[in-house]
Amino acid sequence: MADHLFEYTLRLGDNCLILGQRLAEWTGHAPILEEDLALGNLGLDLLGQARAFLTYAGKVEGKGRSEDDLAFLRDAHAFRNVSLVEQPNGDFGQTMARHLLFAGWYSLVLERLTQSQDSTLAAVAEKGVKEIAYHWRHAAEWTIRLGDGTDESHRRMQSGLHQVWGYTPELFRMDETDTAMLRAGVGADLAALQPAWDARIDAVLVEASLERPSSVTRSNGKQGVHSEHLGHMLSEMQFLQRAYPGMEW
Amino acid sequence: MSNASSQSAEEARFQARIDAEDKIEPKDWMPEAYRRTLIRQISQHAHSEYVGMLPEGNWLTRAPTLRRKAALMAKIQDEAGHGLYLYSAAETLGASRDEMYRDLLSGKAKYSSIFNYPTLTWADIGAIGWLVDGAAITNQVPLCRCSFGPYARAMVRVCKEESFHQRQGFQIMLSLAHGEPEQKAMAQDALNRWWWPSIAMFGPPDGESKHSAQSMAWKIKRHSNDELRQRFVDMTVPQADFLGLRIPDDDLKFNADTGHYETGPIDWDDFWAVVNGEGQCNTDRLAARQKAHDEGAWVRDAATAYAAKRAARKAAERIAAE
Ligand SMILES: [Fe+2]
Ligand SMILES: [Fe+2]
Ligand SMILES: [Fe+2]
Repeated sequence: MADHLFEYTLRLGDNCLILGQRLAEWTGHAPILEEDLALGNLGLDLLGQARAFLTYAGKVEGKGRSEDDLAFLRDAHAFRNVSLVEQPNGDFGQTMARHLLFAGWYSLVLERLTQSQDSTLAAVAEKGVKEIAYHWRHAAEWTIRLGDGTDESHRRMQSGLHQVWGYTPELFRMDETDTAMLRAGVGADLAALQPAWDARIDAVLVEASLERPSSVTRSNGKQGVHSEHLGHMLSEMQFLQRAYPGMEW
Repeated sequence: MSNASSQSAEEARFQARIDAEDKIEPKDWMPEAYRRTLIRQISQHAHSEYVGMLPEGNWLTRAPTLRRKAALMAKIQDEAGHGLYLYSAAETLGASRDEMYRDLLSGKAKYSSIFNYPTLTWADIGAIGWLVDGAAITNQVPLCRCSFGPYARAMVRVCKEESFHQRQGFQIMLSLAHGEPEQKAMAQDALNRWWWPSIAMFGPPDGESKHSAQSMAWKIKRHSNDELRQRFVDMTVPQADFLGLRIPDDDLKFNADTGHYETGPIDWDDFWAVVNGEGQCNTDRLAARQKAHDEGAWVRDAATAYAAKRAARKAAERIAAE
C-alpha cells in the first residue's frame, strides 16, 4: 500500500517537474514578452506542485530522500511522469497543444484529488486545482487563437496537436497502482475522466476549427518506460548534482 | 540652470515645475529633448531587463536544487515584468513597442553591456544577483524620484523586486562560499569575472558622461555616475569580506578620512570594447532576441488576425440582431 502511494505521488510530482522543466526552456525565447511572463507563471506553478508532491513522496517512502534527491539523483527509468510531458517543446503551437492536452486532463485529476482520503494529496490538489484551471484557460485561448488565426498558425497548431496527441491514451489507462489508489479512496479514476476530457478538448478544437487527431503512440512513461527525450533532459537538469555530488547549494 | 532668456515661456514653466519637484505626466507639455532622453533611457532600461533574462535563463534548466530553480524562475519572471512596465512607460511618451524592438535588434538602441558577459558557472547566477542587481538597485533607487511620473512609479515597484533579487544572489554566494573548496573556488572565480564589469555598469566617470548634466537639471538623474559607483563599492566591499571572498583589485583600500573605499583604475577601454561589440556574448544575445522575434512572428500575426476576425464577427452579430 505504501509502495503504491509512493509510486502514485511520484507520478504526480514527476509530471509537474518534467513539464515545468520543459517550460523553463522557453525562458527568454517566447514569441512575445507577455508570454515569457505567462510561461514563467505556468512553470512556477508546476515546479511548486512538483516540490510538494516529491517532498511527500520522499516521506511516504521513508528512506530519507528529499525532493532534490528524487529530482536530481534518479535515472530516467525511475521517473514516473506520463510520456506526454517530456515531449520536446517544438514551436509555440506544439507547446500549447501539449499544455492543452495535459492541463485538460490534470485539472480533472486534481479536482478528484481534492476529495482524496490522503490529506496531503488533497491539500496539494486543493491549491493546485485553481492554478491549473488557469493553465487550461491559457492553453485553450491560445489553441483557439492559433487555430483560427492565420493559415500558417492553423497549420502549425494542427501539426503540433498531431505531434503530441498519440501520448494521450496513457493518461487514461489504469494500472495496478492506479487501481489500488482508487480502491483506497486516494487516487482518481482515470478511465472515468475520459468523457469529460473528450468533451472539453472537442469544444476547444471545434472553436479553433482544428481536427481531432486519432494517432496513438505506445507510451508508458508512468511505469518508467520513457522516450529518448527524457534522458537528455535529465542530463542537463541533473548536471550540477552529478558533477559535484553531495554538496549543499 | 541655463540662461533664462534662451528658454521659451513653456520651457521656463516646465523647468519651474521640475525645480518644485512636481511630477511630469505623459499628457503634460515637455521639451522634445526631455521626451527623447526619457524614451532613450527607459527603452534602454526595458531592453536590459529583456536581454538580461538570457544569461540567467542559461542556468535555469541546470539550477542545482528545486528551491533554487523556483527562485531563479521567479526572478527571471520578475525581469520580464520589469521589461513590460518599462516598455509601457516608454509607450506613454509616444514610442511604440515595435519601434523599440526594431531599434534593439538593429543595434541602434543599447541595453546594459553587463549582459554581454557569459554565465559560465552556477556561481555566476549568484554573482549576477548580488552584484548586477545590487548595482541596478543603487542606480534605480534615486530613479523612484525621477521627474517623469510613470518612470518613477515603475521604479518603485521594480526596486522592491530588485532588492529581493540581490538578497537571493547573495544567498547563493553565501552557500557557495561556505561550501566545499570547489564551490568556494567557483564563487571566487565568478567574483573575479563580474566585479569590474559591475562597477563599470554605472557608466563613464563624471565629466566624460555625455548625457549627465542635462539629465540632472531635469531631475531624471539625481546623482553622478561616480557618486553611485562609490555608493555601490562602499556597500559591496564589506559584503565580499563577509563572504570571505577577495575583490580582484590590488589597489582597493579603505580611506579612513573620507570613510569610503577607493578602487584601482577601471579599464574603460575594455568597457567600451564590450559596449561596442567585442564582448563574448554581444552577438549571441542579439541573435537570441532576433531568433525569438522571427520565430514568434507567426504567433503574433495569428493573435492579430484572430482579434480582427473576432471583432468582425461581433460586429456582424450586432448588425444581424438589429
Ligand atoms: Fe529587473
Ligand atoms: Fe533593472
Ligand atoms: Fe533583478
